[in-house]
Amino acid sequence: MIRSHVLVCGGTGCVSGGSGKIIAVLEQELKKQGLNQEIKVIETGCFGLCELGPVMVVYPEGAFYSKVRPQDIPEIVSEHLLKGRIVKRLLYQETVGSDSVQSLNNTVFYKNQQRNVLRNCGAIDPENIEEYIAFDGYRALGKALTEMTPRQVIDTVKRSGLRGRGGAGFPTGLKWEFAAKNDAPQKYVCCNADEGDPGAFMDRSVLEGDPHAVLEAMAIAGYAIGSSQGYLYVRAEYPIAVERLGIAIRQAKEYGLLGSNIFNTGFNFDLELRLGSGAFVCGEETALMTSIEGRRGEPHPRPPFPALKGLFGRPTILNNVETFANIPQIILRGADWFASIGTEKSKGTKVFALGGKINHTGLVEIPIGTPLRKIVEEIGGGIPNGKKFKAAQTGGPSGGCIPASLIDTPIDYENLTAIGSMMGSGGLIIMDEDNCMVDMAKFFLTFTVDESCGKCIPCRVGTRRLYELLEKITSGRGELADLDRIEELATYIKANALCGLGQTAPNPVLSMLRYFREEFVAHVVEKRCPAGVCKDLLTYSIDPEKCRGCTLCLRECPVGAITGTVKQPHRIDINKCIKCGSCQEVCRFGAVIKA
Amino acid sequence: MKKGKTNIVFQGTKEQEEQLLDFISRWKGEKGALMPILQKAQSIYGYLPIEVEEMIAEELNLSLEEVYGVVSFYSQFTLNPKGKYAISVCMGTACYVKGAQLILDELSKKLGIKPGGITPDGKYSLDATRCLGACGLAPVMVINGQVYGKLKVEDLDKILQKYN
Repeated sequence: MIRSHVLVCGGTGCVSGGSGKIIAVLEQELKKQGLNQEIKVIETGCFGLCELGPVMVVYPEGAFYSKVRPQDIPEIVSEHLLKGRIVKRLLYQETVGSDSVQSLNNTVFYKNQQRNVLRNCGAIDPENIEEYIAFDGYRALGKALTEMTPRQVIDTVKRSGLRGRGGAGFPTGLKWEFAAKNDAPQKYVCCNADEGDPGAFMDRSVLEGDPHAVLEAMAIAGYAIGSSQGYLYVRAEYPIAVERLGIAIRQAKEYGLLGSNIFNTGFNFDLELRLGSGAFVCGEETALMTSIEGRRGEPHPRPPFPALKGLFGRPTILNNVETFANIPQIILRGADWFASIGTEKSKGTKVFALGGKINHTGLVEIPIGTPLRKIVEEIGGGIPNGKKFKAAQTGGPSGGCIPASLIDTPIDYENLTAIGSMMGSGGLIIMDEDNCMVDMAKFFLTFTVDESCGKCIPCRVGTRRLYELLEKITSGRGELADLDRIEELATYIKANALCGLGQTAPNPVLSMLRYFREEFVAHVVEKRCPAGVCKDLLTYSIDPEKCRGCTLCLRECPVGAITGTVKQPHRIDINKCIKCGSCQEVCRFGAVIKA
Repeated sequence: MKKGKTNIVFQGTKEQEEQLLDFISRWKGEKGALMPILQKAQSIYGYLPIEVEEMIAEELNLSLEEVYGVVSFYSQFTLNPKGKYAISVCMGTACYVKGAQLILDELSKKLGIKPGGITPDGKYSLDATRCLGACGLAPVMVINGQVYGKLKVEDLDKILQKYN
């Protein structure tokens, strides 16, 4: 008899924080106390609140332990699991009530979310297909195969209003319809799990926490368009996701939920896993298919669109992980249910990977149309260290920024495009006053220059030239005409690059220039970086009036650039200084000046 | 990422070769087999020297150019061996916003190698990697699979001492 379940997060964030060790110690302690027959430990997918990791929940109480360390485990086992006394000091603060444990769903982080795509993440063991089945898993596939025609499946998806979650927002049902219409001896269903936006981990969390949802949806898509073969293209940088997907595919085949004659309907669908090898451009659909074919992942012009001529020259649909993860629920709960969530043109929820300068780094799922302010100030818990919100970047290296003046913008496809950003795949990076926008624009361009496949000149040469212009500005050699040059070149690249990577590469610099022009001007005219980031434009020095000679900075300096004796003003050798700022951080007298 | 040819002499063993040939024979004829084979080869040898690429080209009846073209296209494939201690600093946006560049610069200075390089004794290699997805721990670096998060420049000496 199992009387209690301990769910430990096994997402990448918590695993990196040591949750593997925690599970090992937990099992060892349970054995020691003779509890291993009555208490079950389950490794789940991501809970979403990565900032507090490693996290674990003990049911039936629902006690949410955060920032757990292996040395805390013996206490949790002997106090809570053996004697029933919850260890309050280790609980997530917000869940500590006066006399009871508050539900996690009532915390500001969770109560403003609507977790549809992430419903099973953190709730089930992703390596056990039976837990997925117990949560309605594969019921949607059964319903589609036995109660619906392929046409009805496509109509349902179309009516739901679901749009591609990879960023561009193309209506999913329409894509399926195109592929269904094209007759061919073989068609393919592909899943884009090559999450390339740096700082985004929505898809990874779904794959790690609820892999079967994606497999089930791919089979449904196969039925809808008349395909018997799927490929799941996943980043090699996601070892945990790759492993769990492998397990999930094997289990689904064992249970007859993938393979031949599924649910005795005569429908066959097989699935293969293919690993990416680190190329951002492979997130672009034509490049991804070329990569599955085993070649250099270079894009090619459309038309022909994949729905007509895709993988191996056959009609193909390609959807992103999150798009697929929505499908089973749309089939089960109906198009109207899905269409009731969101805004007029953007239906459903969207998962965002909230990161950067924010208190609750993690994964959030909100109804589309939620204002950015709610995400930052409520769900995200605000900006750390009392700093001011400066901007949020959506869409990563293809997107743009949302400045503080537009923080009340409801997040949907249309609004974000209108303000020069984009929905993107879901990366949401928060920046505060200490981040320099010129430097950020340069950072994103470094990325695109590096990832440009080199096939077309506007992207290969153009992004490099843009980068050089920004480099010129951050090193103090910029002139005002450079700002016009940036705009001119950026507009040209957008209009002429071959694929989505090149066409969107200038977006970050354009939107940063649009909203933070004065910061660019300060770099160019005053040779000054207002945020204090661009190293060539700043130096550290010690104010001899304020310095008390406490030697703290001298001891803290990692490169020995500070000299001085006790109780005498110290000095910084600017030739040795690496401008890391640790002296300024430790100084208690405000004597270190950055200018 | 830039790729240079290695100057380290190839030291593959018979065993490694057999392992690779066995894998190739199972994939031969499958559609798009080259990528999985290269990934396997890299996991066997740790990198993809020209000798290994030749072997694969031969077995799959492809030209060496084709194989090399694919290897040099993808950033996960490396023509250089990694150090005994392979250090990767995450340069995803979340890490960058929180100061990953300072960490990378400092490591580069301490080890005397640029990102992508390896120390002459083969002990350390340093790489700037794409997002590892551990954004809650930003900035992050990984040494031989061990993740170090919420890094500060001051922590680096202590961490490096563990790898000596």
